[in-house]
Amino acid sequence: MSVRPAEFVSRGVNADALKADARRESLGLLGLCSPGLALVGIIIVLPIGWLFWLSLFDETGQLSGANYARFVEQASYIRTFLTTFEVAFIVTGLCVLIGYPLAYMLSQLPRRAASICLIFVVLPFWTSVLVRTYAWLVILQRKGLVNNWLIDLGLISQPLPLAHNFAGVIIGMTHILLPFLVLPLYASMKAIDADYLRAAMNLGAPPTATFWQVFFPLSLPGLAAGVVIVFILCLGFFVTPALMGGGKVIMWAMRMEQTTSLYSNWGAGSALGVVLLAVTLGLLGLFRRLLGTRAASVWGSQ
Amino acid sequence: MSIARSAPPINIRGIAKRFGSVPVLSDLDLDVAPGEFLTLLGPSGSGKTTLLMILAGFVRANAGSIGIGGEEVITKPPHKRNIGMVFQNYALFPHMNVFHNIAFPLKQRRTSAAETAERVEKVLDLVQLQGLADRRVDQLSGGQRQRVALARAIVFEPRIVLMDEPLSALDKGLREHMQIELRSLHRRLGMTTVYVTHDQREAITMSDRIAVMNKGRIEQLDRPETLYASPRTRFVAGFIGESNFIPVECRDGSVWYAGKKVHTASPLPSSGRHWLVVRPEKVRLVADAGLAADAGLVANANMLDATVRDIVYQGDSFICYANLADDQQIALRDYCRSDVLARLPIAGQPVRLRVDAQDAILVADET
Repeated sequence: MSVRPAEFVSRGVNADALKADARRESLGLLGLCSPGLALVGIIIVLPIGWLFWLSLFDETGQLSGANYARFVEQASYIRTFLTTFEVAFIVTGLCVLIGYPLAYMLSQLPRRAASICLIFVVLPFWTSVLVRTYAWLVILQRKGLVNNWLIDLGLISQPLPLAHNFAGVIIGMTHILLPFLVLPLYASMKAIDADYLRAAMNLGAPPTATFWQVFFPLSLPGLAAGVVIVFILCLGFFVTPALMGGGKVIMWAMRMEQTTSLYSNWGAGSALGVVLLAVTLGLLGLFRRLLGTRAASVWGSQ
Repeated sequence: MSIARSAPPINIRGIAKRFGSVPVLSDLDLDVAPGEFLTLLGPSGSGKTTLLMILAGFVRANAGSIGIGGEEVITKPPHKRNIGMVFQNYALFPHMNVFHNIAFPLKQRRTSAAETAERVEKVLDLVQLQGLADRRVDQLSGGQRQRVALARAIVFEPRIVLMDEPLSALDKGLREHMQIELRSLHRRLGMTTVYVTHDQREAITMSDRIAVMNKGRIEQLDRPETLYASPRTRFVAGFIGESNFIPVECRDGSVWYAGKKVHTASPLPSSGRHWLVVRPEKVRLVADAGLAADAGLVANANMLDATVRDIVYQGDSFICYANLADDQQIALRDYCRSDVLARLPIAGQPVRLRVDAQDAILVADET
């Protein structure tokens, strides 16, 4: 077989027409995407850019870094920062402790029972966060359901401080964010082939070893996804801490609301928003790096 | 590694299993000899996989007994049975590399790190996967995964190895290669093996004995040669190899087809309708009467007149479909040797077929 001259390889029959056709097709597809791209630009890129722009000016309208300097200078800002992360860690931890067994139970139930139970997990999604938070207030307040019952039963003499404080914020947020952990975790548990567990038992692993050495590591990608979602939602949570905290627990989003509506300091509020966005994106990136695109290999090295 | 010394027999008695009200296995008995390679062969829904699951302890039977080396194990949990199993989809742990997958059963048995490393290396040698210990499972080819699954199932020197269609995910060439390899591995290690498949060729290639299962029962348990040469039921004849089924009638101590006496080597039943089973490769084309002059053979052979309907060329061989006098269909297979091809009939041509008495098998009509 002889080697073909180069021009025959690169310029075959209809080569130019086919190239033009390919270009036309990609232009057409870009045209179809343009309404979506325009929408994203108008409602996401533009406002965030504007936010960033605003954060660069102080109250007198001068270009300055004062809004960002506050984060390290003012004690109240640092306290808000720490409170936000404290709440996020505790709520995420509680969601894992409650959500993992719940998702495990759901994944092991027969299909019919599991779908009924799943409805009860998803049901709160259809109720507004505001309504659910007020419901918790009714249940947890000084003369609420829980305290009344406990006093009537004679277990306590003084009402427990469950609402209008840190505990109230934690309880309310854990309840509202729990489904965000349970759903991805349940999905990943459902995807674990029963043959892996059978193989483990067949190879001599008792039930507990089968769970910890096979089931748990295989469920970790789902758990990680749930943890990331819950943690990041915690960082920006507003309604529940505002209502359940009784003004004592100031989280990031509440600080933002105060600076803009109470003090009308748009620059400072914008800086808060920009920092929250940066921290959130940074965390997402960190999680991505830690978990990798191939989660299996990460767990496999142990 | 030698398992042969301790290979135990398996004695299955009266196993019954229902899923809801659907019986899957009914009163099943089966004895597997020490060191034997026994295959459960059957269509899907015949209960072969369920029986394997009961043996491994994953499914609880409704009744029955399983003895392994004389010890009753029917109520033992799977992790205490010490049975190796190769799963259909291999079930290799995706979060562990090859080494940790194979070391898993040793870890459960609290084997020391040094001994574990040594045994894993040895078994990797055995399945020809030297140097792949650090690979991730998803970096392996289908054939390699199959070998890892096998290595994991035998590394702890189990008394018994179960295999659930382990080759079904491989392509044809590799599957045939692995069949030979599994067989020679079994010869070397001598473990009692129960193998499940729905592929009759695979069963015939690999097994010491085959249990043909149908509707939760064992239809026939025999060596592959015996199963092929003398199937006892129409189901077995139809499932193992290709078969022609010709309806015949038994009366007056003879077998009759279309008004002619049929020569058969099968024991003659007293009366009633039966099926004559004839393998396509046992049917011979007799071009003209002159060639059938060998009087000794003709005396004990059945001659059938037929009309060729179609000839299908398959490269190494051809199949000739023909109709007998009463439109009964019959298939004939022969290799494409030049002398055969030279005398190949064409569609519509009348031909004469010869079936020797020892190739005409009589089975009962079950319907």
